[in-house]
Amino acid sequence: MPDIQLIELNVNGESHDLAIPPRRTLADVLRHDLGLTGTHVGCEHGICGACTVLIDGAPARACLTFAVQVEGAEIRTVESLAGPDGAMNDLQQAFTDHHGLQCGFCTPGFLMLAEGYLAEEPEPTREEIREVVASNICRCTGYHTIVDAIEHCARKRRADCASG
Amino acid sequence: MKPAAFTYHRAGSVRRAVELLSELGEDAKVIAGGQSLVAMMNYRLARPEHLVDIAHVKGLAGIRRVGGALHIGALTTHHAVEVADLTPDFAVLSRTMRWVGHLPIRTRGTIGGSLAHADGTAEWCILAVLLDARIVVEGPGGTRRIAASDLFLGPFTSALEPDELIVEVVFPRRAPRAALTEYAERRGDFAIVAAAVDLDGCPEAPDIPLVVLGGVAPTPLPVRLGPDFTGTTGPGRFGEFATAVADQVQIRDDTGVSAHYRRGLVRTLVERACEEAAQA
Repeated sequence: MPDIQLIELNVNGESHDLAIPPRRTLADVLRHDLGLTGTHVGCEHGICGACTVLIDGAPARACLTFAVQVEGAEIRTVESLAGPDGAMNDLQQAFTDHHGLQCGFCTPGFLMLAEGYLAEEPEPTREEIREVVASNICRCTGYHTIVDAIEHCARKRRADCASG
Repeated sequence: MKPAAFTYHRAGSVRRAVELLSELGEDAKVIAGGQSLVAMMNYRLARPEHLVDIAHVKGLAGIRRVGGALHIGALTTHHAVEVADLTPDFAVLSRTMRWVGHLPIRTRGTIGGSLAHADGTAEWCILAVLLDARIVVEGPGGTRRIAASDLFLGPFTSALEPDELIVEVVFPRRAPRAALTEYAERRGDFAIVAAAVDLDGCPEAPDIPLVVLGGVAPTPLPVRLGPDFTGTTGPGRFGEFATAVADQVQIRDDTGVSAHYRRGLVRTLVERACEEAAQA
């Protein structure tokens, strides 16, 4: 008889009651149990960063976290970024404007990494952004356009904040 | 891959965690941030039958200054140390955190988990030995303190009993002039060589830097040079000192990394760490 754990998981502001085997990672619960397939799974050992989500606001690897560990935490996935009408948020728009993606497989991970990072550090230097995005793997862009997108998004947010 | 099945136990207190570990025996592993353990489970290098989750235990996270010492709770994340203001006495800890994996690893991984994992190249293991840390451990018999130099027995092997839990790490001595630096082929990988230096690390020989190396032995390797090197704390002599350290350590050829190459890294990184420590 496989072990089943009953948990309540808070994802993108909604609470979900789940009955899952403890060995199920957060990435798999998001995709298979909740149908939130925006979170991608690449390497399943914490190297590629495609599965990056926010756990209580901090970027984290959903493949290196069992869903049972994060009961009570606030999880945010890439699906939380766009508005209710599907309009992209400013970070997503910056990735589009600066060609920060080609095939798009790694993009949800980079978006959530940047979303969590900019919330903590709204005034990063380009060098600091480079160091942070080194945590995720993109095999299309060569990273420059991703760094551009994050840098411009941060700059625009600061400008909007100052004028607003 | 997907990890093998296991039974999940959530401990609400240190006492309960120790009880669970005593009941479940060697088939149980403690999970805190899980940043090493879950990767190993996904690879099926680890297949524990039971996981005891201590992440919800109150009071195990946080950084306190107690007199001249620094106490760090076992569940304190690398990132919490990275952003803490530990200047000037323990700033080396914050500065070193940038070498630990990547940001999304540092937000989950913990100091206690890193020490219990006992990877000889891990930054926390090297820092603990460099700064003479005391590891506070709870077990069925109560509390005991393990000196960092006695904690690491071999690769991924520590002096912790299966029913013991790290609750706190105490750094007893201030280290305003210390630094750690390392080299890996890609940022965030496990270091091929890591070098940590405390310019004031040898109380019995105050002019000779204490060096701890990762990646040259199964466990963090302290290197103390003799009185001939008195006065090497001054800039300009760090290169000479680093060469002497590199000449002294025994290094064997390894898969993909020759002893010659690794010795060169030791020399370069020890000199670099000395310079960073002097500027700290």
